[in-house]
Amino acid sequence: MIDSSDPDFWPDLFATVWKATGETLYQVGWTLLLTAILGVIVGTLLVVTDKGGMLERPLGSRALGRTINVVLQLIVNLGRSIPFIILMIALIPFTRLILGTAFGVTAAIVPLTVAAVPFFARIVEMSLREVAPGLLEAGSSLGATRWQLVSKVLLPEALPGLILGFTTTAVSVVNFSAIVGTIGGGGLGDVAMRYGYQRYSTEYIVVVIIVLVAIVACIQALGGWMSNRMRRGGTPSARSAAEVPPA
Amino acid sequence: MITLEQVSKTFAARSGPVRALDQVSLEVQQGEIYGVIGRSGAGKSTLIRTVNMLERPDSGTVTVDGVDLTGLGAAELRRARQGIGMIFQQFNLLESRTVRGNVELALEIAGVDRAARRARSGEILELVGLTDRAHARVFELSGGQKQRVGIARALAADPKVLLSDEATSALDPETTASILGLLRELNRELGLTILLITHEMDVVKTLCDSAALMRDGRIVEHGRLDDIVLRTDSVMSRDLFPLGELPEPRGTAIIEITFVGLASEEPVISRLARTHELDVSLLGAAIETIHGRQTGRTRLELSGSAAQIDAAVADLQGQGLTVNRVREAA
Ligand SMILES: Nc1ncnc2c1ncn2[C@@H]1O[C@H](COP(=O)(O)OP(=O)(O)OP(=O)(O)O)[C@@H](O)[C@H]1O
Ligand SMILES: [Mg+2]
Repeated sequence: MIDSSDPDFWPDLFATVWKATGETLYQVGWTLLLTAILGVIVGTLLVVTDKGGMLERPLGSRALGRTINVVLQLIVNLGRSIPFIILMIALIPFTRLILGTAFGVTAAIVPLTVAAVPFFARIVEMSLREVAPGLLEAGSSLGATRWQLVSKVLLPEALPGLILGFTTTAVSVVNFSAIVGTIGGGGLGDVAMRYGYQRYSTEYIVVVIIVLVAIVACIQALGGWMSNRMRRGGTPSARSAAEVPPA
Repeated sequence: MITLEQVSKTFAARSGPVRALDQVSLEVQQGEIYGVIGRSGAGKSTLIRTVNMLERPDSGTVTVDGVDLTGLGAAELRRARQGIGMIFQQFNLLESRTVRGNVELALEIAGVDRAARRARSGEILELVGLTDRAHARVFELSGGQKQRVGIARALAADPKVLLSDEATSALDPETTASILGLLRELNRELGLTILLITHEMDVVKTLCDSAALMRDGRIVEHGRLDDIVLRTDSVMSRDLFPLGELPEPRGTAIIEITFVGLASEEPVISRLARTHELDVSLLGAAIETIHGRQTGRTRLELSGSAAQIDAAVADLQGQGLTVNRVREAA
């Protein structure tokens, strides 16, 4: 138990939480960067290698497309169904292999990313499937390459949905990052563990909660604002339904 | 400009194979507007989609501007597609881009540099009358404006051919008229060859130089509109001039006269009665403006001797009218 009437108590608390917040933001930031890149790649591959997709036959081989699709689906489903705490433990050897250590603020980025990519990839997949096939046809009719169809049509058209999905992912990553903290991943979770759980300091817990809530609120506000800015005027489906008279 | 030879396409549907195109051959001349009309499911969309290989035919050849598209590799096909614009019923514009951005998409794909894209998109937006909407987002536009953007995008890379799949079917009649007017203008000013699909005879009538009628994956009738108009046995022609059913036989002869242009101002009917001493009654008439000319067909019932009727018909034909003897006198 630490003494909250100690004159150094509050300065210590703020110094500790401040440092831990920096660690959490660093961890979450890198995880999200990697997740954004990998999630978009995996999610896009899931869509384009599916039946009727533009990469149904990579290198002219339907079997290859089918294989890529099935394997990715499997990985995504597995990644999503394993509880994070178990995934985290299971990944310890892997993390040690690539970073030399399995514990610490940086090392925790590995299990966080491995958990977040399948989650976000599924959201990317769903957002891309919402893009009307007619838009891809329009692109094809203009002579677009497959890469141009993805980069100029598919991803930009899905962007508002992608941003909302990414927001949800980011909130989950903040959540997971706190769990990682309790087993040596540093950051706010670590503070909550050491001061709140082991030394019963209500003040520490309360301040950690306030900071986490603030981080989540910021992420959500930013994501909502960006997504809205992009789709000013309502959802695409509501709009097209209003404009096309029944045949 | 566009030649389809023996093009066939079969889809595997749940209920069994669907032969969407059955040995279709079609020839669209340079600079003409060619309309393909037919009921829903006739295969019109499949047909037009083979012209830019959005749908690959199972057999047959598709030649556009002298190039056989069925034999091209992926890169060559993309290049060829840049020379074939296409517009769609649902417009298919990108919501993620402005009006100008949508037009520039075509130019980006064609590899045009930034400055040239700016210049060209400005030019083409002016052509379709949307200069003041260049920075608008797609959802701010009316249906007619959207289709103008679609046209601008299709024509940005300066194709020689424009394909239109039901481009006006989602629009009200007034907007339809203005879009059809624009297509006509582009055809005249740019020498653009247009192949369009529609299920409305009105579109064919106001716009097309030639037309084909599709049914069950085949072209059952085709020709220049001027000729079709005069062919009384043609299904399209009967759709153009709906005169209804023939009456029960009652010993009289029935003829149909098709006239183009000023002939309709001649006192045809009264002259028949006067000169040939026939009893003439009017069974039906329809007048349409085709290519800006009054074109019509009247169905007349004539009572008189066979000789009188023969003489009357010869007289009408002598005046340059097209006469079809629908029923002989008993
Ligand atoms: N991708 C496809 N898979 C299976 N069947 C198809 C496919 N595309 C078209 N068909 C079938 O082929 C036939 C012709 O279709 P198509 O779309 O060309 O008709 P359409 O004349 O354009 O009709 P509409 O006026 O309704 O647009 C229809 O029976 C349709 O169900
Ligand atoms: Mg169709």
